[in-house]
Amino acid sequence: PRVCAAANYPLYIRSIPTENELKFHYTVHTSLDVVDEKISAMGKALVDQRELYLGLLYPTEDYKVYGYVTNSKVKFVMVVDSSNTALRDNEIRSMFRKLHNSYTDIMCNPFYNPGDRIHSRAFDNMVNSMMMQVC
Amino acid sequence: MEPGPPGGPAASAAGLPLSESEQQRYSELFSRCCPPPEAAAGGSSVGELFRASQLPPDTLHQITEVCGAKRVGYFGPAQFYIALKLIAAAQSGFPVRIESIKNELPLPRFVALKNDGDVRYGTPAELHGVKFQVPHATLEKNSYKRTDEGDKQEPKSPPMSPICSPPASPSTYQRIPLTYGYGKSRSGLEQQHGAPYEVRHTTHQQDGSSSGNYGAKPAHACSTLGRSLSVEREQPDSSAHYSDDPWRITEEQRDYYVNQFRSLQPDLNSFISGSVAKNFFTKSKLPIPELSHIWELSDVDCDGALMLPEFCAAFHLVVARKNGYQLPETLPDTLLPDYLQAASLKPLRDCALFDSYSESLPGSQQTRDFSRTETSAEEVPDNSALLQDTKKDDKQALKVSTTVKTIPKDFQHLTVKTAPQEPNALKARPRSRSYSSTSIEDAMKKGEEPPTPPPRPQKSHSRASSLDLNKIFQQNTQAVRSGWLPPPPPALPPRPSVSQTEQVSEVELHPQMNRPPSQAEENSSAKKEVVLVQPPSKPARRKLRTETQGLETPELSPTINVTSSLPAVKPHLPVQKPSSKQKRAIQTAIRKNKEANAVLARLNSELQQQLKEVHKERIALETQLEQLRPVTVL
Repeated sequence: PRVCAAANYPLYIRSIPTENELKFHYTVHTSLDVVDEKISAMGKALVDQRELYLGLLYPTEDYKVYGYVTNSKVKFVMVVDSSNTALRDNEIRSMFRKLHNSYTDIMCNPFYNPGDRIHSRAFDNMVNSMMMQVC
Repeated sequence: MEPGPPGGPAASAAGLPLSESEQQRYSELFSRCCPPPEAAAGGSSVGELFRASQLPPDTLHQITEVCGAKRVGYFGPAQFYIALKLIAAAQSGFPVRIESIKNELPLPRFVALKNDGDVRYGTPAELHGVKFQVPHATLEKNSYKRTDEGDKQEPKSPPMSPICSPPASPSTYQRIPLTYGYGKSRSGLEQQHGAPYEVRHTTHQQDGSSSGNYGAKPAHACSTLGRSLSVEREQPDSSAHYSDDPWRITEEQRDYYVNQFRSLQPDLNSFISGSVAKNFFTKSKLPIPELSHIWELSDVDCDGALMLPEFCAAFHLVVARKNGYQLPETLPDTLLPDYLQAASLKPLRDCALFDSYSESLPGSQQTRDFSRTETSAEEVPDNSALLQDTKKDDKQALKVSTTVKTIPKDFQHLTVKTAPQEPNALKARPRSRSYSSTSIEDAMKKGEEPPTPPPRPQKSHSRASSLDLNKIFQQNTQAVRSGWLPPPPPALPPRPSVSQTEQVSEVELHPQMNRPPSQAEENSSAKKEVVLVQPPSKPARRKLRTETQGLETPELSPTINVTSSLPAVKPHLPVQKPSSKQKRAIQTAIRKNKEANAVLARLNSELQQQLKEVHKERIALETQLEQLRPVTVL
């Protein structure tokens, strides 16, 4: 599973356990296109609690990509292995909610400029714990 | 100290030739180890003391055996003194034998134990030469910091100064030294040492005042020792923790932080917004990621604003980081807002305990001490009154001038004659100045500032003058923007606290120089009362914005007093001092105040103009934002 928070460029990337960074980056970018599509299509309801993107399956690896976008157009993309079938929709939603909360906490920090990479240790801890739960 | 005489006979009974300094030292240590007057020192505190000597455990065992404690089963005075002598011998490299202590030896060194200053104390000569002094706060800061690090004593001393500089409250030196044993060694003793790095802190006052103080209050120190010990130990952690924990905020530090908080936000119960705090902490020149981390740690409710305990924690972390401590991953318990909230109640109590320490009083640390000796009786009531006042009132305009240092200054002048701290303590500007240098230098500078009143005011003056009103305006406007202002105008009605008046006066940076002379006149308690009366009228005039006049409270008060409430003044005059002297002072004050008023009025209009301009800019930006908003799709 990997987490990426991006506003069209990654602000934060974390992956467990395999570190296929390149593939992940590629995956995330392609999924971003899909997210943009969805956003523009929706028009009003900007807060998309979740987006289930089940189409991106490779022969070697099955995985699902979930997306979530905030009111400020910050996207959270989560990539999980399909082998991890225990993940339910609700769990994904709650994970995104936690991510969103942590993100807002980061925003509260006056020293953080929106658009910077996220170095917050609290955020890291939260993401790590979340991913540990899933794996 | 009382233990002295008993110690003497005991020592001589033991057949040990103890020099006078040794006797004193040992008696202090002994009384430290057994606060209640009993014949035997408590085993645990003795053990702690011995461990603080940094000798290997087996050496300590040897010492215990040799001194006879094992034999008799407790540490009586004789055994204790022998043990101390043996520790000194061991530290000097002699074998642990009775024979080796027959000679003249340096005093034993106890590091972790506040008692000793550590290395500095090594020899009697050192003791005399070193200036440890009044900045007990610094000392103890140093000591506890040192103890934490263990070895970083020397290098740490300069960094310590920043911490020391803010605090240095007289209470601290009394309380903390008592707690840490520093005071014990020093108090009542003729030896005034200052650690070399403390030289900065040692002002002329120190020696005179501290010795005077000491002489005046050896009994006090002794009696408070027990109290302080018990008070300090109240905290859940043990005394050892107290001294060793770098994440514990001492009272002086707390006072300093509170003052800084006030400089940003007059209302102690309210918060400092994120942008204001950001600007403030950015001045510390720490890298942004670290500041970001500090914020994360300290803003526990993640509301983007800092309440007072959060602010203290953040400030403490900044100070610690500047002194070389690594930032923790999680907020230490002693910095939690709940803990700090509870702890903030302590100072009041301590004040009561320690005879109106008024450590919480802004800025006056050493000087307070100093002043205390000078006007002991009067200070106390004033201080306590002030304390409460400062705690309570402060909303007003004080903070309008973030840069104002005058508050502490005025305050001190009025009550305590302590010059140094204020500027340092309160001002953002001095802060920025100190921050501008590298960490050690910053520390030094900060350390310097409190102790030496004269330089500081000038510094501020020069700053103020160089800054001119423009900078002040900018800062003010910034402050205004951050929203703390509407302020001063509203009502400062009862500003009984001198501190408030001082704060108001702080605005002025320039007059600081004028202040000392005028303040000197006004130092009498009478002035204080006068000042108290004045605040109501003063605020109306002053308004924080005007930073011009440093005339401050002392002068303003007399003038305002005279102008606005003659009747009020009159009763005071006769009461206080020879009226003629006061009248003269009042006349000059009136003149100065008028000038100040003129300048302030000018400043006011200029600030208003700036405010309008800023508003316009803001509106323009907002409209731009609105225009751009629909276009952007992230």
